[in-house]
Amino acid sequence: MSHVFLYALVGVGLFTLGLYALIVHPHLLRKILAINVMGSGVFLVLVALAARTGRALPDPVPHAMVITGIVVAISATALALALMLRVQTETGQAELADERIE
Amino acid sequence: MQDIPWGVLVILLPVVGALACFLCPRRSLQLGLAVALVVVVCVTGLGWQVVELGAQRYAIGGWGAPLGIDLYADGLSLLMLVLTAVVGLGVSVYSTGYFEAGRSAIFWPLWMFLWAALNALFLSADIFNLYVTLELLGLAAVALVALAGSADALSGAMRYLLVSLLGSLSYLLGVALLYHSFGSVDIAILAHRMEASPAVWAALGLMSSGLLLKTALFPLHFWLPSAHASAPAPVSALLSALVVKASFYILLRLWLEIFPPANFALAQLLGLLGAVAVLWGGLLALRQTRLKMLIAYSTVAHLGSLFLAFPMATSIAWKGALYLLLSHALAKAAMFMAAGSILYFGRHDRIVDLDRVAQRLPLTLVAFGLAGISLMGLPPSGGFIAKWLLLEAAIRTGQWWWAIILILGGLLTAAYILKVVGYAFTQAEVTHEAGAVPARMEWAALALALAAILLGLIAPWPLALMEIGLPFGVEAER
Repeated sequence: MSHVFLYALVGVGLFTLGLYALIVHPHLLRKILAINVMGSGVFLVLVALAARTGRALPDPVPHAMVITGIVVAISATALALALMLRVQTETGQAELADERIE
Repeated sequence: MQDIPWGVLVILLPVVGALACFLCPRRSLQLGLAVALVVVVCVTGLGWQVVELGAQRYAIGGWGAPLGIDLYADGLSLLMLVLTAVVGLGVSVYSTGYFEAGRSAIFWPLWMFLWAALNALFLSADIFNLYVTLELLGLAAVALVALAGSADALSGAMRYLLVSLLGSLSYLLGVALLYHSFGSVDIAILAHRMEASPAVWAALGLMSSGLLLKTALFPLHFWLPSAHASAPAPVSALLSALVVKASFYILLRLWLEIFPPANFALAQLLGLLGAVAVLWGGLLALRQTRLKMLIAYSTVAHLGSLFLAFPMATSIAWKGALYLLLSHALAKAAMFMAAGSILYFGRHDRIVDLDRVAQRLPLTLVAFGLAGISLMGLPPSGGFIAKWLLLEAAIRTGQWWWAIILILGGLLTAAYILKVVGYAFTQAEVTHEAGAVPARMEWAALALALAAILLGLIAPWPLALMEIGLPFGVEAER
């Protein structure tokens, strides 16, 4: 059972790592990658915890969720990349300008 | 009639409509309007079904709860669907005048997808399906913001997308923990099996923070003004009226049904953040120089007041919050549409340069004023009923300080609304040429503003609908 939790902990670790990268890196491509790392972390947690029943066969439902999640992640990444290119064309840099202090 | 699965139709029709609009861009306007009308008819059908037969549960494909996907419609879902239909119809009519042909062909498929996602979200009976619909909603909303095409809009859309994905992933991690703990994602089953454990607390924290980020509760509101203000006016109306409310709806469902009501400290924290949002959003709205930014900050403030119901947590408080949600959605959609008409008319939305809008766009200013009355919470508007319910809840639970926040929020709202109205009546220093505004844009905004006022006059009906399926529980006798 312990190695299952090890996988889950790695998943949580990836999630945290991605969150950190999302906040500190200004470049949009790095932010998009960070979101993807976070997503992989969540998927790893789902897959690892599918062994919850303790029997030989893992629970298939979380696997189905992960497949759905991957589809969502791909669509979101595609939109994000397209948007990043538009931002770069319009503003000349692939970064978000800091919020104006109003 | 009784056997027709209206719930499935209200999700399927907009998806079909979106595909049709995408495939025939030249006919997208006619197709979109036709689908919008049919969806309204289907929502009416579902409403009739729910009112006559009580809360409805529909197993898609006949699979049933633990394995398949269920749709569930009670009074809360129904009111959200009706709200979406009313605002959606108004925005649909408005957008026929607002967009030129090229943008219109992109707007309609995205708006139909957004509508489908909203309807699916309000009908979802399990937390994983809620995640999927939340993502669909986020992607459609981001694409709609980017539709404006300006550098501001694209940056706003990009920030919105990152925030939206962060919120959904946080929510999904919470779903994973809940599934691990209880072996189900169905809300009813989870509510039945729920018992407190560290994993449940972690899930509560992750899901709530993800949803708060998407609902833009202070201090997580930083992304909202730029996204809402830079989007095209019909999109701003949809975002402020419906999209931020969708994540609030999920939060409400989770708190009402899944998570035990014992987390007193957390509820107080939400109330406190809501209170700060009311004041901070109101003050910032007052300081804005652009009309659409002012309205966007006003949304931050009013979203905050929705959270005042959490620490009170009585049936009346929840009903008050839902009433506030409904009236704010109608009024804010009307207000963004009126601002869009002013922008369309004068090609700018600088508040000090509003040049005699009252004389030149009287209908639009009436719509703005009526929406303002509802936002301030003056009788006989929907906003008044909402504030009345919340004040009653505050006094009954002995937490009078939330009542003060509500009243202060109302005063701040009055201050910034009157500021705009004042400038609209007077002549600006710089007069300028103005374009004509299509009448249907002005009338659509006015119709939604009137609906916000009407919501105060027909209060018994929505309050009766809220009882169907008892989403808010039964009021304790005191």
